[in-house]
Amino acid sequence: MKYFILKRAGHFLFPALLVLSLMVLYRGHNLPGGGFIGGLMAATAFILVGIGGSMDEAKAKLRIDPVMLLGIGLCVAIVSGLPGMFGGGDFLTGVWLPTFKVPVLGAVHLGTPLVFDIGVYLVVIGFTLHTTFNLAELSQPDEQEGAE
Amino acid sequence: MTGLLFYSLLLIFGASLAAPWLHRLFKDRTGWVLSLAPFGAFALLLSQSGAVVSGEEVVYFVNWFSSLGCAFSLRLDGLSMLMALLVTGIGGFIVIYAGGYMHGHPRLGRFYLYLLSFMGAMLGLVLSNNIFVLFVFWELTSITSYLLIGFNHEKAESRWKALQALLVTGLGAMAMLAGFILIGQVAGTYELSELSDLGGLLTASPYYTAIVILVLGGAFTKSAQVPFHFWLPNAMAGPTPVSAYLHSATMVKAGVFLMARLTPAIGGTALWGNTLAIFGAITLVLAVVLGLFQKDVKAVLAYTTLGVLGLLTMLLGIGTEYAIKAMVVFLLGHALYKATLFMVAGSIDHEAGTRDATLLRGLRGLMPITALAGALAAFSMSGLPPFFGFIGKELIYKAGVSLGGIDMVFLVAALAGNILMMGLALTAGVGPFFGKPNHESLPKKPHEAPVSMWIGPISLGLLGLLIGLLPFMATDVLVAPAIAAIQNTNIVELDLALWTIVKPNLPLLLSCITIVCGAVVFIFRHKAWQVADPVLTAIRPWGADAMYGRIFNGTMWMAKTQTRWLQTGRLHDYVFMIVLVTVGFLAWAIVSFGGLQFEVDWSEFNLIMTGLVLVMILASIVAVVAMSYVTVLVALGVVGLGVAMIFVYYGAPDLALTQLLVETLTVVLFMYVILRLPPLKKISRKIVRVRDAVLASTFGFLIMLMVLKAVNIQFNHKISEKLAAMSYPEAKGKNVVNVILVDFRALDTLGEITVVSAAALGIAALVSAGLKERKERRS
Repeated sequence: MKYFILKRAGHFLFPALLVLSLMVLYRGHNLPGGGFIGGLMAATAFILVGIGGSMDEAKAKLRIDPVMLLGIGLCVAIVSGLPGMFGGGDFLTGVWLPTFKVPVLGAVHLGTPLVFDIGVYLVVIGFTLHTTFNLAELSQPDEQEGAE
Repeated sequence: MTGLLFYSLLLIFGASLAAPWLHRLFKDRTGWVLSLAPFGAFALLLSQSGAVVSGEEVVYFVNWFSSLGCAFSLRLDGLSMLMALLVTGIGGFIVIYAGGYMHGHPRLGRFYLYLLSFMGAMLGLVLSNNIFVLFVFWELTSITSYLLIGFNHEKAESRWKALQALLVTGLGAMAMLAGFILIGQVAGTYELSELSDLGGLLTASPYYTAIVILVLGGAFTKSAQVPFHFWLPNAMAGPTPVSAYLHSATMVKAGVFLMARLTPAIGGTALWGNTLAIFGAITLVLAVVLGLFQKDVKAVLAYTTLGVLGLLTMLLGIGTEYAIKAMVVFLLGHALYKATLFMVAGSIDHEAGTRDATLLRGLRGLMPITALAGALAAFSMSGLPPFFGFIGKELIYKAGVSLGGIDMVFLVAALAGNILMMGLALTAGVGPFFGKPNHESLPKKPHEAPVSMWIGPISLGLLGLLIGLLPFMATDVLVAPAIAAIQNTNIVELDLALWTIVKPNLPLLLSCITIVCGAVVFIFRHKAWQVADPVLTAIRPWGADAMYGRIFNGTMWMAKTQTRWLQTGRLHDYVFMIVLVTVGFLAWAIVSFGGLQFEVDWSEFNLIMTGLVLVMILASIVAVVAMSYVTVLVALGVVGLGVAMIFVYYGAPDLALTQLLVETLTVVLFMYVILRLPPLKKISRKIVRVRDAVLASTFGFLIMLMVLKAVNIQFNHKISEKLAAMSYPEAKGKNVVNVILVDFRALDTLGEITVVSAAALGIAALVSAGLKERKERRS
C-alpha cells in the first residue's frame, strides 16, 4: 500500500507503454523512433510495474528470462541479414516486401531492416531488464536486514 | 569431382560431431562404425591417385575473404596425397583401436569427438592450398591435441603437460602466422601452388631471413625440434591411441610437412639448408641418447619419434635428390611402424598393467598376435631387409655418402642415430615378448588383446613388410609423386626394389654396421637403465623442460605482480587510470591534428541556450559538492535533461528521446545501487582530492577543446549529406538516423548489440558474485 499511486499507474500505463513502444519501433524508419528507443520504452513499462509493486510481478509479466530475450534478439538480427545474401547481396543487405495498404495503418512497409530493428528492440529490453532485475535483487536482502 | 576433397573433410568432421550420439547407439562397436568415415575418406582420396601420379592436381576452390585475398582452397598433389592417406588410413585403425583400449571409459563418446575433430583438422592441414587455411587447420590440430593430451584431466600432471604442448606449439604458430603474412606481402599471393612457382622472388627479398626464422618457429615447435623438443615426450600423458596417432604418425609430422611444402618457395638457400640440417641433426642425436635412459616403453618410443623428426628435418635441410627421396620413404615407413609400435605398447599396458620395460619379458606365448605385430614393426624400424625401413635407411646412407667435407658430420649423426634407434626399436617392440617370462611380477595376468586392438597393428606391420618386398606398390603411387611435389617437378622415376638397392658398396657396409651395433645396444640395454636415474636427475635442471618451467613461472609471477599493482579492486583507482589515459590520448590527438585552431562565432549568441547551459553548469557544481546521493542524482539528472533539451532545440528528436529514456533509467537503476553504497563522506585524503579535481578539470577542458575543434574541422562534409540523400531512395526510410543504424551501418549495430548482450551477462556475473559473497558472510 506504500506506493499506491505508482502501483495503479503502473497497471494502467503498462499496456499503453508497450503499445507505444511497438508503435515507436514500427515508425522508426521514417519518424523519430526505432528499436533502441522502443526497447527502452518497453523496458520502462516493466520497471514501472516493478517499482510500484515488486520485481517478481514484473518478471511474471515478462514471462521469459531476459537472457533469452538477448539471445532471441541477437538471432533475429542475424537472421534478418540472411535474405539479402540469398538475393546475391552481402550480409545484412535490406530486402523489402512490396508496399501494401491496410485500412488503419495506411501504407505498410515491411522489410528485413525492420526485422533487424526488432532484434535490437529485444536486445535492449533484455539488457535493461536483466540489469535491473539483478541490481534489484542485490539491493533486496539489505532492506530485509534493515527491517530485522 | 572437384568437390571430392571437400566431401572427404566433411565426412570426417561430420563423423566427429555424430560420434557422441553414435556411441550411445552402438556402445562397444562404435569404433568399428566410426572407422568407416576415415576409411571412406581414404577410398575417396585414393580414387584420385591416377590423376595425381600423372602429375595433375585435384583442386577445390571457394571464395572466402575475397577482400583479403584469402580463399578456401584445397589441393591434392603428391605430397598432400601421401600425408592425407596416412592421416585417414592410420586414423581408421586408431579409431578401431581406441574402442578396445578405452573400452568402458565413461567419456569415450567425447574422446571420439576430439579424435575425429583432430583427424579432420589434420586432413584439412595437409590438403590446404592457402596458407591461411593451412594456419587455421594448424591451430585446430593444436587445440584438439590439447584436449586429447589432457583427456585424463582429473590429473594435474596431464593438465600441465597438455597446456605445455598447447603453449609451445601455439607460440610457434604465432610466429609462423607473422611469417605467412610476410610471405603474402612479398609474393602477393597466399596460394601455396602459386608460391611454389615464384622462383627466387622470396629468397631474394630483404625479408627472407625474417620469413625463414618465423616460419621455422612454427615448424620447429610443431615437429618438436631442439630446443622445443621437450613437449613431445611430455605429450605421452595422453591416452595411448592419441600418442600413436598424433604424436608419432601425423601431427608432429605437420612441421616437416610444412617445411617440405614450402621448400620450392623458400628453400634451396644456405640459410634454409644449414638451419634445418643442423637443428635436425642435434635433435636426432639428443633424442636417441636420451631415449637410452627411458624404462617406460612409451617414453622410449616418444624419444625415437623425436629422433625421426630430427632425421627428417636434417634430410630436408641437406636437400639433395637422394636426401629428399630418403626423407619421403622414411616418413612413410616411420608412420607405419611407429603407429604400430605405439599400439603394441598400449596393448601391453592394457593387458599386463605396466609399461616398464625392465619388468616386461616373454609375453610372446600369451600375446602371440601382438608380439608378431611388435616384431614386424621393430624389424622395419631397425632397417632389417626385407622390411620397408631398410630401403629408407639405405637411401639415407646413399644421401650421406654423397656429401663431402664438413657435411660428413651429418652422415655420422645419421649413423649414430640409426644405431641407437635400432636398439630402442628392439627394446620397445621385441624386448617385452622375448626372454624368460616373469608373469608373476606383472600387475595383471596378461592375455591376448581383443581383435580391435590387434587388427590395426598387425595390418600396418604386415604392410611394412609387403611394401618392403614389393616397393613399387607404394613408391609409384605415393613416394614418387610426393618427391615430385617437394621438388616442384611433374614426374619422378624411382626404382627402389630390393635387388636394385642391395649392392656391395659403402651404404650397404654402413647398414651392416648399424645392424650389428644396434643389436649390441639392445643386448646391453640394462646398462643404460642402471645409470638412468642419476643421469636424468643430473641433467634435468639444465634441460629445456626446466627452462620452460622457469619461463612459465616467471610469466605467471609477472602477471600476478602487475595485476596486484594495477587491479587494486577500488573503483576510484580504475576511474582515475581510465581518465588519465584518455586525457593523454586526447592531448596527443589535439596536438597531432594541428594544435588549437578555432574561432568562436559570438554573433550566434542565444539567450535560451545560454540560460540552459548556465543551469547545467550550476547543476554540475552541485553534483560535485553535494554530500547526499539523492542530491547528486538529481543534479546529474538536471545535466542530462539539459543535454536532451539541447538536442530538441537543434532538431534531433531521436537523440533527445534516447537521452531522456536513458536518463530516466539511470536514475531508476541508481536508486537500487544507492542502498548498497557506503554513506557519502570524504574518504580520500586532501591531496588525492586535489589530484582528482585537477585531472577531472583537465579532462573536461580537453573535451571542450575537442568539441570546438570538431566544429571547425569538417572531415568530409559529403558523407552526411550523401547518407541523407541516399536514405529514402536506397533504404526506403525517411529517418536517416534509423536508416544508418539498421541498414547502412547495420553490421556495426549488430556488433554493438552483441557487446551489450555480453555486458548484460557480465553485470549478472558480478552481481551474483556479490550475492554469493554476502550469503557466505552471513552464514
